[in-house]
Amino acid sequence: METGLSVLIGLFFAVSVYLMLSRQLVRILLGIAILGNAVNLLIFTAGRLTRQVPPLIPEHLYTLVEATANPLPQALVLTAIVISFSFFAFLLVLAFRAYQELGTDDANEMRVAEPEDDPLPPQGY
Amino acid sequence: MAGSSEHSVDLSHAMITAPVSAADWLVIAPTLVTILGGTLALMARKNTAAQPKIGMIFLSLLVIVNVGLLMRVLDHGVITMVMGNWLPPFGIAFTADALGASLSLIASIVAWCAGLYGLVTVDGTGRRYGFYPFLLLLLTGVSGAFLTGDIFNLYVWFEVLLISSYGLLVLGNDRAQLDGTVKYGILNLIGTNLFLIATGLLYGNFGTLNMADIAMKVAAMDAGGSVGPLATIAGIYLLAFAMKAAAFPVNFWLPASYHTPNIVVSAVFAGLLTKVGVYALIRIFVLILPGARDYMADVISLIAIATMITGGLGALAQAEVRRLLGYLVIVGIGAMLAGIAVGSTQGIAGSIFYAVHSIIVMTALYMAAGIMKLMGGSYQLRQLGALYGLNPYFGGLFLVLAFAVSGLPPFSGFWPKMMLVEASLVDGRGWLAFAILFSGFLSTLAVGRVWIFAFWRGGAEGTPDGATTVRLAPAPEVTSPALWLPLLLLTGLVIYIGLQPDAMVQLVQRGAEGVIDPSAYVRSVFGEH
Repeated sequence: METGLSVLIGLFFAVSVYLMLSRQLVRILLGIAILGNAVNLLIFTAGRLTRQVPPLIPEHLYTLVEATANPLPQALVLTAIVISFSFFAFLLVLAFRAYQELGTDDANEMRVAEPEDDPLPPQGY
Repeated sequence: MAGSSEHSVDLSHAMITAPVSAADWLVIAPTLVTILGGTLALMARKNTAAQPKIGMIFLSLLVIVNVGLLMRVLDHGVITMVMGNWLPPFGIAFTADALGASLSLIASIVAWCAGLYGLVTVDGTGRRYGFYPFLLLLLTGVSGAFLTGDIFNLYVWFEVLLISSYGLLVLGNDRAQLDGTVKYGILNLIGTNLFLIATGLLYGNFGTLNMADIAMKVAAMDAGGSVGPLATIAGIYLLAFAMKAAAFPVNFWLPASYHTPNIVVSAVFAGLLTKVGVYALIRIFVLILPGARDYMADVISLIAIATMITGGLGALAQAEVRRLLGYLVIVGIGAMLAGIAVGSTQGIAGSIFYAVHSIIVMTALYMAAGIMKLMGGSYQLRQLGALYGLNPYFGGLFLVLAFAVSGLPPFSGFWPKMMLVEASLVDGRGWLAFAILFSGFLSTLAVGRVWIFAFWRGGAEGTPDGATTVRLAPAPEVTSPALWLPLLLLTGLVIYIGLQPDAMVQLVQRGAEGVIDPSAYVRSVFGEH
């Protein structure tokens, strides 16, 4: 089970890196979305995959009596999902605004902050 | 709770039952104050007159609680508070040691100065779109990162400061800002995702996220954690924090974005954000994975050398003051990495000292650049000039900051550089020591050029030698004390630390000893046993 998921996570990372190396903002953003999911799966797998009952304590007892699934990775993944989703939403709006203002979604052509024909620094004193 | 049941349960097996002493609540006070202030300021978003008042009240409170926290830590040693009172490592721990508390204090002082400076440079629109809420919430993330003792929690604070920094960076919404924010945003998000990957793998290996717990488990391993998966995890951490800290070769987002926003936002970013990356690097590499640090010392040393030299050369090649200052931030990051590469107490102490110095001096330099723009009407070196004639005191003040940033005595940059050079020579890293000194030389040239062009010569480019051209007409805001007070305060700190470094040296020595020998840190989290 772990092996299969590890391969899947590797594929996710490969796809996301490939997309993020692209020049188009939309592809970069898709790459980031996939990267977030790859990381979530990675945390989930790192927390061990076991087919166990949920960690619930029976009514008349005070401790767990049998092996249970690990709830912590799920809490971590949940946090990471919320965070990565909000960042993705922000970057999506940002990219759209940048496209509106700069007229391009090509990273090579986004040269407003660092113009290509920037003057040289003064040479003499 | 078990009170009503017939079974009695001994809660002390799972929870800390002793009440937390009132003074220990200071550990979470910095994050609490800023979250409260940020929320209040957000609620009063449209009331532009109330915004700065709320902002300054809560920033002042933040400075006060940070002073209290640092004094408490210096008196009582490391203090820990666990969320929900669950016994560590189950509850999320907030652990304040000398390193975290002193950086948190310096960060809050700088933020207070920025809040005041922002009274002048941030207009009504900027206030309405949330300058003060973002500033306060940025400080939530920064203080949380400095004070947390849980590695996943550190990730969460990184995200808090990141989303606030996005808001500050894009505030004003002009074309260059959108361009800069796209690059800053995407690369920093990838950096934090790398951080999360490494944290997930670390959790998979040790089954815990508490830093003190991981440090103990790593120390108990046979090889001291230099081999196998730990080296891989440390490598991912190194890449992640190098991106955050703007180390070569993953630092090109910094010069692409730091010159685009409002000057006070640049000042805060240059002071705080990259240093949080350096702090995390010290925390992870020295406290948690010392074996992996030894293993990678040569790599970190090479990165440090490359960062310092490329930063210095980049600064020399700039025609715009803010972009030049951005490269000087990078030079400082290289110097801090040098201390981590050496790894001795003196090296780490030098890094922490340099971080404190760099936080103060870079913020002050950006603030000075903002005043230069108000006086001379431009950030371009070709168009600036004659500022010395306009205000000789300001010329002197800029010179103090210029000396400090290049590490010349008698200002604050000299002492950490001396410690770093000595530590690298003791460690037998001559090239590292050379790079620290040579990057200081390049920085001197770069800021010296700014001073000669903007202050000393008679006017903009083309003014004949010896002539003083037309008197500039400074913008009317330039006389506002809200601009000068923060700058004077920070410059005063630079001079004071330069002349009286003893207290600072002791503080950073203590901070460095606390991370190199984690026993006090671990004891604070797990109690005496």
